[in-house]
Amino acid sequence: MKKLLIKLLSFIGLGLNIVPAMLVFSAEMTPDTCKQLMLAGTILWFVTAPSWMNKGQEDASQE
Amino acid sequence: MEKNKSLVARLNSVNEYEQEAIPANKLKGWRSFLGTYAGEHTAGTEFVIGPLFVAHGASAIDLVTGLILGNILAVLSWAFLTAKIAVKTRVTLYYLLEKVAGNRFTLIYNLVNAGLFCFLAGSMIAVAATAVGIPFDMAMPQLTDVYPNNLGWVLTVFAVGTITTIIAMFGFDQVSKFAMVAAPWMIMIFIAAALAVLPRLGVTDAGSFWSVAESTIWTGVPLEGQSKFGFWHILFFAWFCNMAMHIGMADLSLLRYAKKWQYGFSSATGVFLGHFIAWIASGILYSLFLIESEGSLTFAPGPIAYSAVGVAGAICVVVAGWTTANPTLYRAGLAIQSINPRWKTWKVTLFVGLFTTIAACFPALVMMLLEFVALYGLILMPVGAVIFIDVYLLEKIGLTSNYAQVSGKRLNSAVAITWLVTLAFCLLLNLMVGVEIFFLGLPGWFVAVLVYVIASKITQRK
Repeated sequence: MKKLLIKLLSFIGLGLNIVPAMLVFSAEMTPDTCKQLMLAGTILWFVTAPSWMNKGQEDASQE
Repeated sequence: MEKNKSLVARLNSVNEYEQEAIPANKLKGWRSFLGTYAGEHTAGTEFVIGPLFVAHGASAIDLVTGLILGNILAVLSWAFLTAKIAVKTRVTLYYLLEKVAGNRFTLIYNLVNAGLFCFLAGSMIAVAATAVGIPFDMAMPQLTDVYPNNLGWVLTVFAVGTITTIIAMFGFDQVSKFAMVAAPWMIMIFIAAALAVLPRLGVTDAGSFWSVAESTIWTGVPLEGQSKFGFWHILFFAWFCNMAMHIGMADLSLLRYAKKWQYGFSSATGVFLGHFIAWIASGILYSLFLIESEGSLTFAPGPIAYSAVGVAGAICVVVAGWTTANPTLYRAGLAIQSINPRWKTWKVTLFVGLFTTIAACFPALVMMLLEFVALYGLILMPVGAVIFIDVYLLEKIGLTSNYAQVSGKRLNSAVAITWLVTLAFCLLLNLMVGVEIFFLGLPGWFVAVLVYVIASKITQRK
């Protein structure tokens, strides 16, 4: 459950990097807000992803 | 002491199965290759190559069609050349080369490879430095710069180079794990940055993209002092930018773990994310910079990414540059160490790092990256042709494959002759006929094949 939650947070982090840019493109968000959200997304990704991503790679390699 | 222990352990794990075929229970599934290729080919170089296509006046249609076809050819090369041989032999290029060409030739090959690795790592240190220098208002290098033009640049490059070298001395495993984590995020940043700046270029909906791409982004007009790139330049560059890895067979080391040769097709993730989406995205960013700076010749990926998506963009440039420079520096150290395995790895890496950092001070390394990448593949290509012929043809025409091992020679002169004659042929084609470096790989490969067969017939008859 904890792992799932961390993965969810990671994907929210990735989403915070791409969704605001889409909203800027469609003129529904200002570039400054987008930049702040992308920084938040970046931090979220790097805080959460290392705990499950490399594990995932090792698992894949054992296939 | 703990660090030393873990370093030895890491080195041991790196050397695992280098002198033997991979056992069946160590083979890897396709997911592993999809991830590795996607991670390896979205890197710091992408921040430079996409903009250089803009600087060289590629038109939108030439860029898109050239990239699609060139990338398909690259994937086919990985699958049908590298992966087939990797699955057949299950050994590294270096081990195979020792059997075919002898350990003396392998040593020379390693040294040349190390030199090329140093320059590649140097260009990536320079790319990272353009982002690190942002808070210090550092004067950025210009597209036409060859030599370092200010002290701030040199100091920033040395700071980045020092950190990169120290980490390369102690942390290869951690860096490679970090690079895997960073890869999906970097792809997102590339796409997001391009999307976020499109309105500033006049693209307000998906339907207006192509007309703006043709008229504003890839206009087909090169910048002052830059040569013109057409469809064939793009196609051959996309195909051959990783020539050392596929046709040159360096990726035997990776693909020998594949259960089936068809896993070579997984390289498509790398080329279509890194060498298509990321190049297009970084080209869009650079084009906006050119418009907003009224044609400034400043060439600095850091400030360009920062202007598009803020701090996340600048971090992306540092991470992309650093995660490319670091393993490259480490590999260069290992290659140099092969001269004398008793040399301490950390001392060799320190020396290599110093040399690389000095090279990184010269902006020409970044500005000439397209030519350097093409040269890198070209220099290592003849060895791939030799391996190809040795594995598939020599025994069929009554000659001995793995000749150095069978004959006990430390240098198979047929391989050395092939390398020298092929490179001399390519040089002459460039100097006398004016064929650009991007196109030399294809005729060069056929020359290498021909020379190796003839030279093998002569040397083996003796």
